[in-house]
Amino acid sequence: MSFFKFLMYDVLSVPAVLVGLVALVGLLAQKKSATDCIKGTIKTIMGFIILGAGAGVVVGALNHFSEMFQYGFGISGIVPNNEAIVSIAQKAFGKEMALIMFFGMIVNIIIARFTKWKYIFLTGHHTLYMGIMIAAILAAGGMSGVSLVAVGSLILGSVMVFFPAIAQPFMKDITGTDEVAFGHFGTTGYVIAGLIGKWFGNKEKSTEEMELPKALSFLRDTPVAIAFTMGIIFIISAIAAGKEFTEGLSGGQNYIVFSIIQAITFAAGVFVILQGVRMVLAEIVPAFKGIAEKLVPNAKPALDCPVVFPYAPTAVLLGFLSSFAAGVIGMFILMALGLPVIIPGVVPHFFCGATAGVFGNATGGRRGAILGAFVHGLLITFLPVLLMPVLGNLGYANTTFSDADFGVVGILLGNILKIFVH
Amino acid sequence: MKILVVCGSGLGSSFMMEMSIKSILKEMGVNAEVTHTDLGSAKAEKADIYVGTRDITSQLEGIGGEVISLKSMIDKEDMKRQLEETFKKLGVL
Repeated sequence: MSFFKFLMYDVLSVPAVLVGLVALVGLLAQKKSATDCIKGTIKTIMGFIILGAGAGVVVGALNHFSEMFQYGFGISGIVPNNEAIVSIAQKAFGKEMALIMFFGMIVNIIIARFTKWKYIFLTGHHTLYMGIMIAAILAAGGMSGVSLVAVGSLILGSVMVFFPAIAQPFMKDITGTDEVAFGHFGTTGYVIAGLIGKWFGNKEKSTEEMELPKALSFLRDTPVAIAFTMGIIFIISAIAAGKEFTEGLSGGQNYIVFSIIQAITFAAGVFVILQGVRMVLAEIVPAFKGIAEKLVPNAKPALDCPVVFPYAPTAVLLGFLSSFAAGVIGMFILMALGLPVIIPGVVPHFFCGATAGVFGNATGGRRGAILGAFVHGLLITFLPVLLMPVLGNLGYANTTFSDADFGVVGILLGNILKIFVH
Repeated sequence: MKILVVCGSGLGSSFMMEMSIKSILKEMGVNAEVTHTDLGSAKAEKADIYVGTRDITSQLEGIGGEVISLKSMIDKEDMKRQLEETFKKLGVL
């Protein structure tokens, strides 16, 4: 009995161990050698610890930013970044996340096995992020324990099939094949961009006949892009807050130097978290893929958003610019309304805006790409404002989930729970 | 031999390509270490072959290995053909 207690309360209640066990189950199911199993499990646990370690780095920089922005503009500024929010959230919901992710993947396989929707969602980091967001929202709505994990897994497994399913008609257009699906939790934005392209665009005039300068391609380097844009935002906030206030925070360091170092610190934190996420997923995703392919005949792998980039490189750039412009305009609208201000993050606008551009181009050419990505940019600016109130304590973290589907799923789920609980 | 697969964040796409490459290598009977990473880290990581889609491979030139530039990350035939060519060039096949 005491051993059972030790197992339940001392071992299985450690989120990193639980995540390691998920990897171990995957490794064993694939009949890997003992050394592979040990190596893989340890690396997965290490990855989860690295993921959590990044939180300390990003939170420091975010708090400084938040104080400067608040003092300078009189309202709160939110930096939407999936990695940052997940790394903060894992402290409270790591255990639930591990279980929801594990059972969510099983639900995905079951749905794909027994229905006509054969999608297997392989974008593991989004599975992880969505899992933790669902856990946070269910907990904020008053759920806990087995019911939280059960409901969370069902929701996660369902959205892992639902979003690829609604993207598939557009994917067929873009890639010219029905073999491969699209798995990224920004799909609401892409489908809307695709529809806008269809209604208002002209398919004949493709973006790919245009020439755009390549100078912006350095933004593909995620940590550099984050450091660069956060640098601009930090400096603007520092100037708005004033030299005196900012140097009070910095302990006397010059306010511009302080801003630049804080921006790069934030990017460094995200970099650490990315490394952790990569290690957490290294064993879990191949196991999931291997098992799914065995159990689901004609399984369609649903892949991360850059899968569409090579089909329309110009739409990628145009989509980013248009989405980012919408993000900037949206930010001023939020300021004027006195709502929490969503800072346009270059990463969500680059990856998601670019994808919206490709979807818009596929149905409506260059006009479709520009308009579709613009509406997408507005969407990912306003959705987080509505999402934050349903996230419970996580809603006060100065950062939040960035991509469209997190907003859509989270807002729906949070408000449905409110009806039942209150 | 080490093959490094690269994408913007080093999370999703490069990971998918890594899994495809691993299964191709198995078919070909070639032994190699295959890992994935982000664009920034790739520049500091030594590998014999760097793989990416054509929208980012221009940034992989000059690091000091062979660069395979893919038109699409889902075209396994093209992936296999380009890997074969590079292996021949390196004297592995």
